[in-house]
Amino acid sequence: MTDPLESAQAIQHSGPNAEPRRRRSWIRRYIFTTDHRTIGIQYLLLALIAVIIGASLSLLMRLHLAWPDLPMPFWGVMKPEDYLALVTMHGTLMVFFVLTTAPQSGFANLVLPEQIGSRQMALPLLNAASFWLTVLSLLVLVSAFFMPGGAPISGWTSYPPLSAIAASGPGQALGMDIWLVSIGIFCIASTLASVNMLTTIVAERCEGMTLDRMPLTVWSWLVASMITVLVFSVLFAAAVLLLCDRHLGTAFFVPMGDLVNGQIVGHGDGTPLLWLHLFWFFGHPEVYIAILPGMGITSSLLANFSRRPALGYRLMALTTVLIGLLGFLVWGHHMFVSGMNPYAGTAFALTTMAIAVPSTAKVLSWIGTIWGGNLRLTTPMLFSLGFLSLFIAGGVTGPLLALPILDAYLHNTFFVVAHFHLIMAMAAIFSVFAGVYYWFPLMAGRQLHEGWGKVHFWLTFIAAYSTFFPMHLAGLAGEPRHYSQLSGGAASMAALIPLQRYISISAIVLVAAQLIFLTNLIWSVWHGKLSPANPWQATTLEWSTASDGQPIVLRGPYDYGVHPGQSDFLPQDALEPNPE
Amino acid sequence: MPLTIFLAVIALCPGLSSLVSGSQFWMPPNAALHGIAVDRLMRLNLTALGTCFIIAHLLLLISILRRPRPGASPKILPSMWAMEVIPLTLLCLMYVWMAITAQRLWAANRFEGPSPAAMQVEVVGVQFQWYFRYPGEDAAFGGTRPELVNAAAGNPLGLDRQDPHSADDIVASELVLPAGREVDVTLRAHDVIHGFFVPAMRLKQNAVPGMVLHVHFTPELPGEYPILCSQVCGLGHARMQAKLRVLPRGDYALWLAAREAKLHAIQAARVKAQ
Amino acid sequence: MPVTFTRTPVDTERKHTGIGGKPPASRRPTGGGGDGDNWDGQRGRKGPRQLLTRWRLGVFFALIGDMMFFVAIVSSFFVSQAGGHFDPRTHNYISTWRPVSVPSILWLNTAVLVLSSLTMEMARRQLFREIDVMEEWLGMGRPALRRATPWLIATALLGGIFLFGQWLAWEQMWTDKVLLASDPARYFFYLITGFHGAHLIAGIIALLGALASLSLLRRVEYRQIVVDCTAWYWHCMGVFWLFLFALLVSAQ
Repeated sequence: MTDPLESAQAIQHSGPNAEPRRRRSWIRRYIFTTDHRTIGIQYLLLALIAVIIGASLSLLMRLHLAWPDLPMPFWGVMKPEDYLALVTMHGTLMVFFVLTTAPQSGFANLVLPEQIGSRQMALPLLNAASFWLTVLSLLVLVSAFFMPGGAPISGWTSYPPLSAIAASGPGQALGMDIWLVSIGIFCIASTLASVNMLTTIVAERCEGMTLDRMPLTVWSWLVASMITVLVFSVLFAAAVLLLCDRHLGTAFFVPMGDLVNGQIVGHGDGTPLLWLHLFWFFGHPEVYIAILPGMGITSSLLANFSRRPALGYRLMALTTVLIGLLGFLVWGHHMFVSGMNPYAGTAFALTTMAIAVPSTAKVLSWIGTIWGGNLRLTTPMLFSLGFLSLFIAGGVTGPLLALPILDAYLHNTFFVVAHFHLIMAMAAIFSVFAGVYYWFPLMAGRQLHEGWGKVHFWLTFIAAYSTFFPMHLAGLAGEPRHYSQLSGGAASMAALIPLQRYISISAIVLVAAQLIFLTNLIWSVWHGKLSPANPWQATTLEWSTASDGQPIVLRGPYDYGVHPGQSDFLPQDALEPNPE
Repeated sequence: MPLTIFLAVIALCPGLSSLVSGSQFWMPPNAALHGIAVDRLMRLNLTALGTCFIIAHLLLLISILRRPRPGASPKILPSMWAMEVIPLTLLCLMYVWMAITAQRLWAANRFEGPSPAAMQVEVVGVQFQWYFRYPGEDAAFGGTRPELVNAAAGNPLGLDRQDPHSADDIVASELVLPAGREVDVTLRAHDVIHGFFVPAMRLKQNAVPGMVLHVHFTPELPGEYPILCSQVCGLGHARMQAKLRVLPRGDYALWLAAREAKLHAIQAARVKAQ
Repeated sequence: MPVTFTRTPVDTERKHTGIGGKPPASRRPTGGGGDGDNWDGQRGRKGPRQLLTRWRLGVFFALIGDMMFFVAIVSSFFVSQAGGHFDPRTHNYISTWRPVSVPSILWLNTAVLVLSSLTMEMARRQLFREIDVMEEWLGMGRPALRRATPWLIATALLGGIFLFGQWLAWEQMWTDKVLLASDPARYFFYLITGFHGAHLIAGIIALLGALASLSLLRRVEYRQIVVDCTAWYWHCMGVFWLFLFALLVSAQ
């Protein structure tokens, strides 16, 4: 059995690694390693485990929603608190452990150093430390399921006083503490990871790699890391304050005279809105942490597979930075109906409309890049096009939800669920898939099977739309999220149950389609087609075949379509070919 | 080329809009005065954004299906003017239009308070129940204190019986309103954040413990409408529902009189017991 | 600007070469020192300053994150200060915020902390004196170590005195029956001093580590890195404290 990682390194480091590699024990090479590429793979595997758990939880939720009386295997009929615990854990796993780790830490560790012409992260030990902290955080989070009372039920946003008072529901005692501790560890881990990434991008670029020659992936990792450093400490502070409220008798978030379960628990002038502000000051930029790397990957891949430069490179870099900056000013659009001053609602509506402008510019530039290009419809390209389609689908409802008067109807309905699942879950995951198909040769030295990749794409694409698009209709009909059953006064919405059943079946297909991907992944690690050194004929440096020491960058990142016919691309470090 | 398609679809827009304007876009029938404008705005915005979605996907599809002319240099990209500047300007104008129209409606709805003649109702969210309080003849709510809350003893809101204003307060578990009169809703919560959501009234506002919030609306059509909780509030969140009954004015007066009579009977019984 | 060695002409030429600061290869200097100062023969390393720059940047970015932590706490402070509730009987808006009078010992502590920042800076500069560094690098004794150690010990001691002073302030408040869970102004007094104290404890641990590393680490640049990073952290905690103290004083 060949060692996949070794063959990958053989491709990559044939030159620079000419010096004899010191053999290290298996554990030092694969587990407690400081090699950025292995850490990248570890992050991706961690995200894979988290996404498997998270998706299983969502399937249980979907089954319960469509067939409320159906007994679950090993469980029996689901209780409402179980449903809410599933919601909380699904959201937490997906947002933190999948959408924050995979696109940013995973792919950035895998290729970022090479893309800027370095061979390592600036602070490798810190890198490994932050990965293992992330693992610890995941283990702590999952352990919440096994606490007395189960996992917390207050959703991934954990609004107090529900999250501040142990008596307010099952899972809000020890389960909630565990959740907060896990999030605290995650905050530290991702901040450290981003510190490392920022340092790498600032200090480790090779000769000639000026800012305006950085691939757009690097731009997006740069901005996403800046956001991470700035917002995760705020979430950490909020979690610490909430823990103080829970155990030290302070009252930051619990108001005077708060009466839970017949007990007066409020003894100070806290306000739940403070948590909302702190949380969403983190929470909205977090969305951009999840989606910006996907945007960068898409920009790079669309240029590569259209064999032409990305349209408006400088504009794309600028809009990435603008989205990052404006992302700090829009958190209030989660709070239009929260009791925030309505004038503040107007202000946040305007900043949110403003952020639509750079996002629109990005979409236009992507369409312009592929418009009239000679597209190579490989699997990574299909997933990038899928990202584009889903980003548009999820994006168009963004400006609608940014309008307070319309959000006052749609807030916390399935319309919002559709919006953020299309853009944040599906679009981001499609960019992750694109990245995995594209960079798999760097991980395993082999390519993923193209045919099965295409089957995987089409099934996933169709199932994604068929799962999340109908949710808009349920939302317009007024169905709230977090409802485990439609009964009582909401029985008028019982007409929506067939729709929800349809969505559930689509969700099952969506998850089942991922089995193809998993099989392809495992099979290809050992039996996939051996990859040439630069299988996608890419220009960026992670595919560079130059063998001597540090590369020297001579041109921008997307020099495609230069000599049609023969070699139509110029890697960033390649010398100009002879005119003959 | 992309510009032509863009303009062509824009031209088709009014037709598209009229096609769907007849339906309610899946929304439940509107019964509130301001809901007409909200629905209209929703329809316009959904149509505009749906059109953008369709145009973008047409462009995507054409890009994928169309092969470049042989001999055309692949390096020549579409011009920034056609692909970026003009469409972006048009879309920005659309965003500005969306922001302004929606903002005007929001301002009319939330910046201004209710008219002084508006009827007063207090809505209180408690895990997992909505309570509705009418101020009675003195048009003033009596004081409440959390220590006095005792649902089993018939005082779920903790009414302070010492307060003269509280004597005529009516507490109900369904919201009954007269059609055509503006209502000033005072929102409170006892324990955790709840979301007061009346889909048919196009109304949603969180009830936050420690805060007293106001929203106002005018129910127009008599009928029964569900009231839901839209902010996850604990294990009974999904069953935290109530009913809104909008009655013609005469029926409402009858209902109120019946509730007042009941209240007087209870008070008389209490006095006798003492 | 402390550097391991004096700035060479190559370094000067590297400045102002367009966006991003790294020159395009066409203008890459050749000849003496042109190998990116790559004189320790390590792959991917561009000399000792590279490593220092890296760590320093890392500490700066981490400190920006840390700053946001305190920004969040201070924002919460202002929100709580403005908070209050309606009295159910009188319908008045009343606040339970009773300002804390800052124990006067904090003024003394602040002075001690400022002093410790000065000693820290002295220690840091000792490690970047060109003659001493050159001597150490050539293996001719360790003059920088000899010079820096007393300053480092002084800093650690002053830091300890500051923490002890903070503890005295807490004790003073306990005897005044001002407990954590009494009212928001108190929570914040304890939280702010507590979090800052925790950061300083980490700083003192780093200082002790730096002291140990001065004799344990074999390479000059490693010793420089340890002391330099600790120093920037320490200065930053000093600056944070000045802001936090100003906040506490202004709110009393």
